[in-house]
Amino acid sequence: MRSQPKGLTFMTILSGLLFLGALWMVFVYAPLEAVMNYVQKIFYFHIANAWVGMLGFMAAAVAGIVYLVKKDMKWDIVELAAVEISLVFFSITIASGSIWAKPSWGTWWTWDARLTTAAILEMIYLAYLLLRQGIEDPEQRARFGAVYTLIGSLSVPITFFSIRIWQTIHPAVIGAGSSSAVGSFGMTPKMLATMFYCLGTFSVIFVTLLWYRIRLGVLAERVEQIKLQVME
Amino acid sequence: MERESTAYFKAIGAIVWKDLAAELRSRELLSAMLVFAMLVILIFNFAIELQPSLRATITPGVLWVTFAFAGTLGLNRSMAIEKDRGCLDGLLLAPVDRSAIYFGKALSNLAFMLIVELIVLPVYSLLYNTNLFNPGLLLTILLGSIGYVAVGTLLASMAVQTRTRDVLLPILLFPVILPILMAAVKTSGGFLQSAPMETIWPWLNILIVYDVIFTAVAFMLYDSVVEE
Repeated sequence: MRSQPKGLTFMTILSGLLFLGALWMVFVYAPLEAVMNYVQKIFYFHIANAWVGMLGFMAAAVAGIVYLVKKDMKWDIVELAAVEISLVFFSITIASGSIWAKPSWGTWWTWDARLTTAAILEMIYLAYLLLRQGIEDPEQRARFGAVYTLIGSLSVPITFFSIRIWQTIHPAVIGAGSSSAVGSFGMTPKMLATMFYCLGTFSVIFVTLLWYRIRLGVLAERVEQIKLQVME
Repeated sequence: MERESTAYFKAIGAIVWKDLAAELRSRELLSAMLVFAMLVILIFNFAIELQPSLRATITPGVLWVTFAFAGTLGLNRSMAIEKDRGCLDGLLLAPVDRSAIYFGKALSNLAFMLIVELIVLPVYSLLYNTNLFNPGLLLTILLGSIGYVAVGTLLASMAVQTRTRDVLLPILLFPVILPILMAAVKTSGGFLQSAPMETIWPWLNILIVYDVIFTAVAFMLYDSVVEE
């Protein structure tokens, strides 16, 4: 049995340490926001979770394209890993966003472009998992999965811009926000540093998780092959 | 070169002709879609009271939900027929480009959808005393149906090859078709309430862009979907 690679152990420990640092940055280093107080603290992890969700979304789309070109099963494993991670992190983003929205906007949910797009993305990924479940042949499963992620990754940006034409109230942290945005705030340098630190930390966590999930996928494939050998 | 392209269009034409002829004899697909569409409108009538004052704003939504639901029924059936009796394998064996099969199936699906829509529209006008004969609305319905069918045909070809095929198509289709539905509802509403063109254009643009992108993508991906 192959044991866990050294690099992965290192990444795991690094993720843990960085995360402890992130907790310190968020709760001690970053100043309290004047209007929203402690509620604003959720923003650092909210942004970081959304970032990881986006990374997973892009990784899945790229892996899907590469699979369709190369027809190499390892890209299918990468794609599935990225989709699963993106699904989990977008769920956390939606949950943390709702917790923040209740005191700031007075509601758990609004049909804003970002919120709705995140929800649609979750739906597409759930549909993706259901699609995979319904196919037995691994090669066909990989092909259909890649086609569907590709369709999804094209449709999601159009969905986003379509909803954007309706006015949005979600504050834009980077770039120009809508004039009707509610709950935006100016960031002090310390807040900005904390935000970027969290983004970096969660990127490392993303790579670590992706590595674990790909390794799991590779091992699962080997188990499948060994099972087939035993049966023969 | 010219010969090749004529052969290509002939192959598309043959598939469309085959589907229309089969439908003309059995009438199973269109009748199911039509009855279903009527039932959806009936249910809407009781689910949300379509009072005259609300009709102008709700009509586009009701129409598009009806088309989207009836559409999945047609798409599923049209691809299931191919799969069940081994017709798809026969089509794939034919010495034509795979994308010709895609365009053939997409065009016949589009024809079925437009026929259903052309029957639903006057019935809706009659039942709810709303004039739906508006060139803008008809154009929107055409554009919306093209986008819907372009993605729908591709996804239906995938869905019928899975174990859970009867339930899978709407789940796969609806989240990716959302921009089309949004834009179509907005454009239809704009035309029905004779809103100024500059408020309609952004939505009409989304419809056109979506149609172009997804027809091109489905054309490129179809090969990976029917490969054996």
